[in-house]
Amino acid sequence: MSGTALAPDRTRSLLQATVPLGLGLLVLAGFLVLAGFPVMPAVNALWRGAFGSWYAFSSAALVHATPLIILGLAFTLGSKAGAINVGMEGQFAAGAIAATWVGLHLGALPAMVAIPIVLAAGLLGGAVWITAPVILRIKFGITEVISTLLLNFVGYAAVSYAVTGPLQESGRTYPQSDAIAASARLPQLSHGSRLHLGFVLALVTAALLSVLLRRTTWGFRLRAVGAGPRAAALTGRIPLTKVAGVALLWSGALAGLGGAVEVSGVSYALFQNLSPGYGFTAIAVALLGRERPMLVLVAGVLFGALEAGAGAMQRDAGIPAVAVQVVEAVVIITALLTARRSA
Amino acid sequence: MIDSALLVGFAAASVRVGTPLALAAVGESIAERSGMINLGIEGAMLAGAFGAAVGAAHGGVASGVGAAVVAGLLVATVFAAVAVAARADQIISGTAVTLGATGLTGLLAQRAFTGGNLSLPILPVVHVPVIEHIPLVGPVFFRQTVLTYACYVLIPLASALLWRTRFGLELRACGEAPAAATAAGVHVGRTRALAVLMGGACAGLAGAALVLAQVGMFTERMTAGRGFIAIAIVALGRWNPWGTAAAALLFGGATALQYTFQAAGSHVPYQLFLALPYLLALAALGMAVGRHRGPAALGQSH
Amino acid sequence: MTLRLSRISKHFGTTVALDGVSFSAIPGEVHALLGENGAGKSTLMDIAYGMIRPEAGMIEVQQRGGVALATPAFASPREARAAGIGMVHQHFTSIPAFTVSENIALTAGWTETGRAAERRAAHIVARLGLPLAISAHVESLSAQMRQRLEIVKALATDASILLLDEPTAVLAPREVHELLEFLRGFAAAGGIAVLITHKLDEVFRVADRVTVLRRGVVTLTGVLAEQTPHSLAHAMIGADLARPIPLKAQPGVVAVEASRLSLTRGGQLAVVNASFQVRSGEIVGVAAIEGNGQRELLRAIAGVDDVVTVAGTLEVAGPVAFIPEDRSSEALIPSFSLAENLLLGTLDQSSWWLDWNAIRRDTQALLASHDIRAGGPESQAATLSGGNQQKLVFARALARQPRVIVAENPVRGLDIQAADMIQERIRAAARNGAAVIMHSSDVDEVLALADRVLVLRRGEVQDLPSDPTREQIGDALLAMAAAR
Repeated sequence: MSGTALAPDRTRSLLQATVPLGLGLLVLAGFLVLAGFPVMPAVNALWRGAFGSWYAFSSAALVHATPLIILGLAFTLGSKAGAINVGMEGQFAAGAIAATWVGLHLGALPAMVAIPIVLAAGLLGGAVWITAPVILRIKFGITEVISTLLLNFVGYAAVSYAVTGPLQESGRTYPQSDAIAASARLPQLSHGSRLHLGFVLALVTAALLSVLLRRTTWGFRLRAVGAGPRAAALTGRIPLTKVAGVALLWSGALAGLGGAVEVSGVSYALFQNLSPGYGFTAIAVALLGRERPMLVLVAGVLFGALEAGAGAMQRDAGIPAVAVQVVEAVVIITALLTARRSA
Repeated sequence: MIDSALLVGFAAASVRVGTPLALAAVGESIAERSGMINLGIEGAMLAGAFGAAVGAAHGGVASGVGAAVVAGLLVATVFAAVAVAARADQIISGTAVTLGATGLTGLLAQRAFTGGNLSLPILPVVHVPVIEHIPLVGPVFFRQTVLTYACYVLIPLASALLWRTRFGLELRACGEAPAAATAAGVHVGRTRALAVLMGGACAGLAGAALVLAQVGMFTERMTAGRGFIAIAIVALGRWNPWGTAAAALLFGGATALQYTFQAAGSHVPYQLFLALPYLLALAALGMAVGRHRGPAALGQSH
Repeated sequence: MTLRLSRISKHFGTTVALDGVSFSAIPGEVHALLGENGAGKSTLMDIAYGMIRPEAGMIEVQQRGGVALATPAFASPREARAAGIGMVHQHFTSIPAFTVSENIALTAGWTETGRAAERRAAHIVARLGLPLAISAHVESLSAQMRQRLEIVKALATDASILLLDEPTAVLAPREVHELLEFLRGFAAAGGIAVLITHKLDEVFRVADRVTVLRRGVVTLTGVLAEQTPHSLAHAMIGADLARPIPLKAQPGVVAVEASRLSLTRGGQLAVVNASFQVRSGEIVGVAAIEGNGQRELLRAIAGVDDVVTVAGTLEVAGPVAFIPEDRSSEALIPSFSLAENLLLGTLDQSSWWLDWNAIRRDTQALLASHDIRAGGPESQAATLSGGNQQKLVFARALARQPRVIVAENPVRGLDIQAADMIQERIRAAARNGAAVIMHSSDVDEVLALADRVLVLRRGEVQDLPSDPTREQIGDALLAMAAAR
C-alpha cells in the first residue's frame, strides 16, 4: 500500500477493474433481451455515445467523467478513514446552489478571481451540507450512513426551492436559474469541444489526494484510523473521532466542489435533476478504483463513457438512461466480492 | 381554527401515507434485530411498487399485491446472497441493490407501460362495520384499504415472532452476539437470510401500498427514499415493531401535513414539506440513539 | 458415564496444538487439566464440546446405562450437549442484552419463551442450588452471577460431564471457594467435572486426578494424591520453577509517581487512592486478578484510552512506550506493512512529509537487530507469527528510547522461546535505565520478571511487608488476610 506501486500490480488492478464492468454490461444486455429491447441498436448507441468519435469521447464521456472522478475521490477520502459518505447527491446539490448563487454576482470580476470564488463556494456548500452528520457522528456516535443518505432528499428539495424561488430566472417561467456570469465559467480546453477545465481539476485532485494519502503524515493518520482504529488510537495516539470527522468534512466539501464544477463547466445555471445520480454512481467508481486515487481516475473515465453511452442509448434506441444503474450495481457487487477474495 | 373534519381528514391521511412506511419498517426491524441493516429495502420497495403496478394492470389488485411480495423477495434475495452468504459490507451491498433495482424497474417500466399510462385498479377503502363509527378512531383507522389492515395484523405478529417464539430468540441472538448464537447451535447465516427475506416481503407490500392505495400508478424512482426513511424509523422505534409503527405514523403525519397546508392555501413553500420527513428523521436519529443503542452486532458480518 | 478422548491431533497452520493426546475422566471425579498458556488445554476441551474438529482421534462417551457413543468428532456443540456434555468457556458467552432465562433457553434449545421459559429456568436454578435473578438482564449482573449463569447454561440440558475453561480468573477468592465447593458436590453426585486451570493451589483444593499438557502432548496423568506442586510444575514447564533470581536493580530517579490516585473508566471507579513510585532501572510488576483495576492503572500511566483521573496526581516522565495486551488490534494494524506499522508507533517524531525510503531502511535495520522473521519491510503485519509480531512491537517501542515502559501481558500466547526472549528484552531495557511497569494475569510471570511487586485488589494497592515472600504476595492477591 505504502511505497511505490509496482507495474505488475497496476496491470492486475486494471484487469480487476475491467472484469466487473464487462460483467455489468453483460447483465444489462441480458435484461435488455429479457425485456424485449433490441440489443444490437442499444449496444451500438452505447458505443457510439461513449467512444464513437473523439468528439463523443471528449465532449460527452470525459465531461460526464469529471463529476464522477471528483465524487469518487470524495467517497474515497471518507472511506479511507472508515467513514461512509452516501450523501454525495445532497452535497453536490448544495455545492451547485452555492456556486450558482455567487456565480450570478461575479460579472465585474476577471475569470482569474471569479472562478476560484465559485469553486470555493462549492467546497463550502458541500462542507456545510455534511456538517450535521459530522456533528451527529462526533457528539452522539450516530452513523453517518443514514444521516448523509437522508440529507440527499433535503438537497433535492433545496434545489427545487432555489429554482422556483430565490434563484429563479428573471423571466419567472421555468424552474431554473439565470446563467452565471461569463467570467465565472470554466473555460473549454479546446475550441469546438465541450471538455472544460474541470477535467484538469479532477486530474489534479486525484494526483493531490494520492500524494496526500501516501506521502504525508496527515494521510497516513487518516488511513490508520480506517484500517485499524484501536491501534491508531492506542499506539498511534491518533484522535479517532477528530480525524474521521475531518475526513468526512472534506469528503462533503469535495462532493460540493463536484456540484460547482458541473454548474460552472457544463450547465452554467442551476436546474432540477442537475445530477443524474452521480452521487451514487461515484460509489461504484470508488470501489472499482479500489479506493486508490489514480485508479479512481481510470474508473471515472470508464463510467463517464458509460453515462455518455446511456444518454445516446436513450436518444437513439429509446432505452431509459437509468438502466445503466444495473451495470453500476453489478460493478459494486462484483468489486465487493472479489475484494473479499483477494484480501 | 382547524375544524374537526379537517383534523380527521389529516389523521386519516397520516395513516394512509404512513402505511407503506410502517410496512417497510416493521420488516426492516426484523432484519435489523438479526443484525442485518438493509439499505436495499429502498430497492425492494421500488420493485414491489413496480410488481404491484404490473400485476394489478394484468390481473387485478390481488395479483398486484402478490407480485409486489415476490418482487420484494427477489431483491432481498440478492442482498442476502451478497451480504449474508458472501459476507460483504452491508451498507455498500444495500446501496448497490437499491441502485440495481432502480435501474431495472426504470428499464422494465419503459416496456411495461408504453403507449400511454394504463389506469390501474385501485384498492378500495374498506369500511370496517361497527368500529368505523367510533368517534375519531373509527374514521381515522378503520376506513382504510386492506393493506393498512394487513399492517395492523403484521405489527403484533412481528412482535410475537421476535419475543414469543424460539425462532425469534435465535434471530435476536444473531443480532446481539453471532458468536454466542453459533455456540448455542444457531445457524446464523440461515437465520439472518430468513430475516432479510421477511424484510424484503414487507418492503414489497409497502411498494404495493404506495401504488395501489396512494399514487395509483408507477413512475421511475417513485419511492423517493421512503425505504431509507423506514430505516430511520426503525431506530426511532427502538427496533421494536410497535414503536416502529408509532414512528411511521409520525412520519405519515409529516408528509400528510403537506396536503393539509396546500388545501388550506398556505404560502409556505411546498419544498419545506417535501424536506420535512427527512429532517424529522435526522432529528429522530439524534434523539433515538441516546436511549437505545440497537442490536449490538447490527451491520457486522459473521 | 465416562468421557474418553483418544489420540487426538490438531494443527493450526504450522503450529501443532495437539499431538496424539489421550484423556479420560470417570464419574465422581474432579479432573484438573493443567498446562501453560498455549499448551493445548482449551483446544482439547473445545474438541470435546464440538467447537473444533480434530484431524485424528476418537471421542467416546459411555452412558450410565452402558450405551456407548463413539465418534471421530462432534459436528457442533449441540451434538456434544446431546451426548451429555456441558461447557463453561473462559470468556462469558451470555448475551448482555438478554435476560437470564433467555440466555438459558437459547443454549438449552427450549421452545418455550417468556413466562414459560422463566418458570422452567427457575426450576433448574433451584435444582442446581445456584440462585440467580431469572428475569434480570445479564448486563446488570456481577461477574460472579454471570459466571454462575454460564454454569447453569452448561447444566441446563442435564449434562453430567461439565468442562470448565479457567472459570476462576474473574472471581474473587470467596467466590472461587464457592465454585470449587459446587464442583465437589457435582462430582459427589456422580458427575464428571473437568477443570482447566494453571493455578496449582486450586488443583490441590479440589481435584481427584490430574492431567498435564505441555506443547500439545500429555506429560503427566494420574491421581493427585501422588503429586506434589513441584512435580506438577515440572510437568507443566519442563524445568524446575526455581529460576535464577535476577540481580536487584539499582533504582535511579523517580520516573512514575502516583499520589493518592483514583481513576474511573466509563463512570466506574477502577483504582482507589493509589500511591507508589517507579524508578528508572527497575521493573515493577502489578499482580492482580482480572478486573481489579490493573488495566486502568497501566493505561492511565501510558496516557491512552478513556481513563479519567478523579482524585490525586499522576506524574510520568516521557517518552512512554506502551505494549498493549491485544497485539493484533491494539498494537498493530494487520493490513498495513511492517514499515507502516513502525511509522504508526513513531508518528509523533515524524515530519508532515513521509520519507518512505528512510522508514523502510529503519524497518529493515530493526528486523535484523531484533531477529524478527519477516519477508521484509513491505510484508503485511498479518503475515507474521505471534512471537514475531510481539518482537516487532517491542523493537518499535524500544526504538523510541522510552524512559517509561508500560506492558500488559507481554508474553501471553507466545511459545516459551519467544517469551524468554521478550522477558530478556524487558530486563535489558531496565538495565539501560528505563522504568518498567508491567502486568501479567499469570502471577508466576510477574514474580519471574519483577524487582518489586505491587498487588492490586478491588482497585486498591495492598500493603505488603518489604521484601515479601511468595506466600505473602499470594495472600494479598487472594484476600486471605482473614486467614492470616
